[in-house]
Amino acid sequence: MNERVTHLRTQSVETKPYISSERAELITAFYKSGEIEKVSVPVGRALAFRYLMEHRTISIGEGELIVGERGPAPKATPTYPELCCHSLQDFEIMATRERTPFQVSDQVRRVYAEEIIPFWSGRTIRERLFGAMADGWHQAFEAGVFTEFMEQRAFGHAILDDKIYRHGFLDFKERIAAHRRRLDTLNDPRAFDKDEELRAMAICADAIILLAERYAAVARELAETETDPARKAELLTIAEVCSRVPAHAPRTFHEALQAYWFAHLGVITELNTWDSFNPGRLDQHLHPFYAGETAHGTLTRDQAVELLECFWIKFNSQPAPPKVGITEEQSGTYQDFALINVGGVKADGADAINEVSYLILDVVRQMQLIQPSAAVQLSKKSPDRLLARACEIIRTGLGQPSMFNTDTIIKEMLHDGKSLADARCGGPSGCVTVSAFGKESCTLTGYMNWPKILEVTCCGGVDPNSGREIGHATGDPRTFGSFEQFFEAFRRQLEYFVDVKIAGNNFIERLYATSMPAPYMSILMDDCIEKGRDYHNGGARYNPTYIQGVGLGTLTDALTAVRYHVYDRGTVSMDELLQAMRANFDGHENLRRTLAHKTPAYGNDDDYADETAERIFNAYFDMLDGRPNTKGGAYRVNLLPTTVHIYFGAVTGALPNGRCAGVPLSEGISPSQGADLKGPTAVFKSAARIDHARTGGTLLNMKFSPQVLAGDGIIHLAALIRSYFRLDGHHVQFNVVDADTLRAAQEDPEAYRNLIVRVAGYSDYFVDVGRRLQDEIISRTEQQTA
Amino acid sequence: MPEGARNPGTDAGRKSPEASAPGSAAKDEAPGRTGIIFDIKRFAIHDGPGIRTTVFLKGCPLACKWCHNPESLLPQPEHAWRRDRCVRCGVCIEACDRGAIAWEDGRPVHDPARCVLCGQCVQACPTGAREIIGRRASAAQIMAEVERDIIFYDESGGGVTFSGGEPLMQPALLGELLAACRRRQIHTAVDTTCHAPWDVLESLRGSVDLYLCDIKHADSAAHERLTGVGNALILENLRKLAHLGERITVRVPVIPGLNDDEANVAATGRLISSLDGVTDVDILPYNEGGRSKLARLARDEEPPDIKAPSPEHMAAIAQQLAAFGLTVKTGG
Repeated sequence: MNERVTHLRTQSVETKPYISSERAELITAFYKSGEIEKVSVPVGRALAFRYLMEHRTISIGEGELIVGERGPAPKATPTYPELCCHSLQDFEIMATRERTPFQVSDQVRRVYAEEIIPFWSGRTIRERLFGAMADGWHQAFEAGVFTEFMEQRAFGHAILDDKIYRHGFLDFKERIAAHRRRLDTLNDPRAFDKDEELRAMAICADAIILLAERYAAVARELAETETDPARKAELLTIAEVCSRVPAHAPRTFHEALQAYWFAHLGVITELNTWDSFNPGRLDQHLHPFYAGETAHGTLTRDQAVELLECFWIKFNSQPAPPKVGITEEQSGTYQDFALINVGGVKADGADAINEVSYLILDVVRQMQLIQPSAAVQLSKKSPDRLLARACEIIRTGLGQPSMFNTDTIIKEMLHDGKSLADARCGGPSGCVTVSAFGKESCTLTGYMNWPKILEVTCCGGVDPNSGREIGHATGDPRTFGSFEQFFEAFRRQLEYFVDVKIAGNNFIERLYATSMPAPYMSILMDDCIEKGRDYHNGGARYNPTYIQGVGLGTLTDALTAVRYHVYDRGTVSMDELLQAMRANFDGHENLRRTLAHKTPAYGNDDDYADETAERIFNAYFDMLDGRPNTKGGAYRVNLLPTTVHIYFGAVTGALPNGRCAGVPLSEGISPSQGADLKGPTAVFKSAARIDHARTGGTLLNMKFSPQVLAGDGIIHLAALIRSYFRLDGHHVQFNVVDADTLRAAQEDPEAYRNLIVRVAGYSDYFVDVGRRLQDEIISRTEQQTA
Repeated sequence: MPEGARNPGTDAGRKSPEASAPGSAAKDEAPGRTGIIFDIKRFAIHDGPGIRTTVFLKGCPLACKWCHNPESLLPQPEHAWRRDRCVRCGVCIEACDRGAIAWEDGRPVHDPARCVLCGQCVQACPTGAREIIGRRASAAQIMAEVERDIIFYDESGGGVTFSGGEPLMQPALLGELLAACRRRQIHTAVDTTCHAPWDVLESLRGSVDLYLCDIKHADSAAHERLTGVGNALILENLRKLAHLGERITVRVPVIPGLNDDEANVAATGRLISSLDGVTDVDILPYNEGGRSKLARLARDEEPPDIKAPSPEHMAAIAQQLAAFGLTVKTGG
């Protein structure tokens, strides 16, 4: 890190995130102007986007090489009142909470009280969404059976491919115009809709070019008054770069990074997408520029590294906008889930590793930032030195890179009907879910609380928290004569909630398609232009929808406990078990201990437990996979929790595996906390029991104490990863810290501000993640060696 | 017991009904020999190359003062009580038909004289505090467990290590296990004190890829004082194995105050360098894992008052041994 980068990094890390009302004010002013009522919905949204690009603050920081912020300055975080409007109480919570706070000035609160809240009240997507959901949906949602992503943020998981490095927005505009000319207004009943969509896209293309021109103009102005000749030259270069991209295709490494960053700013300003947009296979995209320029002597390795580091800081300076109506426990992160991919294979299947791949890994190691995250795609063709380099960084305890199995990812995408070439050019997006980069609307709609559904099954369809009948009347478990019957009741209960969720999703998808299109993002995603359809309306080439299953470990252990103690051994009666659960095991301590300590548990390569895990997965797959969504795509299965296993745990009562009420669920496909006693090979074997190739992603979290990975330990780590991937494992990530260090960090957060842990699909500062999540991370079994 | 195999936990509390069923790959095995093992530890990364599974056979002819696996000494299964896990619920007292467990000062105390190791208390105990250490297992059953991690052996150049106790005390079972590994092309290591009749070692020739052999003291009298047996047989066996060209890694436990003086380290270095073709030495720092285990077994013995050697001391010993032209690794 040179002096410039050190300065920029310090500024980015030390600036406290704060709320900017600029976007809210602009969008409100535009909606109030009445312009939006004179045009079609997509054109209205395009004009709103143009208005934002025309009027938003331009910010070029001291010493910056890559320019542009989401808000008016680094860490200034905009809001999206048309989706969901923060209340003054939300602001109070986020400003005063201990972790991941956002400062909110009096000025912002005043503007919200006087202008923003009065205008948007009753008009937000969130209110319309909640207003339209059926009673059954509300009951399940309130009970914590599932969550709903789209009540807070727009459809996301959009990752970019290589198109912006080969074409400028003027080229896209030309393509849009060509498609408009070709519309068959005589015979195509959708011609009008298509024309409006395409017009909207063209307006957005102009708008993003306008934003870049405004940056160029400010850079030129600054250059005029700049006294330092070196900085003056840099500002003139910035002006030249911004005049060139994204209107035209980039010619240099610098232009390529800036072109991406403008594309990125457009997406995260148009709407608040789930998750953050990201460049995907960055090593592939940048390599032609790097190779060409270094060969011609116009770029040195050091210059390339400096530009990449400046680019990294850009991501870090854009915290995820805080949510509405919930506390930090449910949403304790600044992470916006940009996941930069390294490695993998090319469209023709050849190994894709190149010099820039290693350059990026060096930058990741140097920068030590939580954003963007880095992922290494490892295929069977990937050289061992790529894996070794990744393991060296993992060993530092950064929690990055996460490791992904390219060969399995390709199978997963083929299962979703993608072409082989598109599958090879894709990868994990955001957290762990696969996506065909630049061609897919990969929609995660919410988490499904599997263990809660078991709890409801144990109560015959009633949520014991509220006493309300929220589920299917699956009967009194005391009347079930076999584990088969018990499992079938659970399966039917799960199916009921899946149906409730899908019915809701169908409405929500149409709500966004008709009321909140994304014409700017549609330019970037194949085949929205070709189809004349919005990204939210099936415009993308691929459109899978996910309902993320959560708590595989907890649910497996709970069902296994029923099978083992109640039905196979007959040592515990169902009545006794239900009574104990109702009492949260109060007065049933020995039973709780027996259930917790003397039940075969998932994560130990024990067939008795693992076949139940497989069975759960297959049941969920059979009821979900292939069902149609409203966008021409199908539902797929993925298994990941982000941090929701904490919230889901809090709303779930005592379970048959001796887990008490309120305790966090297992996360991803990891075993229940502390249940894996046979070491990491057994965990990998258990995790590989489910067929990852039939998912869209799974998340496995492992924690090693540093000494396990010291010396030759790194070779063992590499072998573990290769073995898991030979078993078709999708993803694994590692925390390398010991529990004592974490406890010390809890006691003295100031001294451990730099301690980064892998939380779920991402890394975060340990001191920021919330006490209960901290405790949960500590309790995850440390993998001990013999 | 040999020094490499450190601190295997026991986990009798978590056996599932099918845990002992032979896997399909083991179908070609006749039920065959059985023996007493006290643990099978996966992801063993200090008992030979790569990722390994270590099988611990019970029973040892030595009785080292510092033994960190005291449960390995007796050849037969034995009862153990894990104080830290016990919640004093008394379920074990009720479960025992023989009255072998009774309250004593608020603790459920076990009487070995009445115990027939029926396992009722182990079954009943809700926390896994009651254990029987050691179980009879057939080669086929053990191989089924060993085979579960083959993919990890393949990727890491690992395999299986037979340790103990002293694995050579159960030669028939060990021979069958080694032969089964040979048939599956699984790399094998035997972690041994070498205190066994030469016939036994001779009978295993050709089926062991690596010997991990201990030298606990270079002087036979001192060896006898510390371990209960002299080292003549051990050294003779080592010389023979080395002469036959077997691959050997010598493991030297470093026990502060007992065998870590300069003179003994020098003598040990001379001794190892005199073995044909042997250059690999692991030095293993003493650890205190045996203390809590002794308590579990309710043995009368006092745990030794030994402190773990400092990293600096380990480095000095490594340097001293390296001067003999040996390749020294700390920690195995």
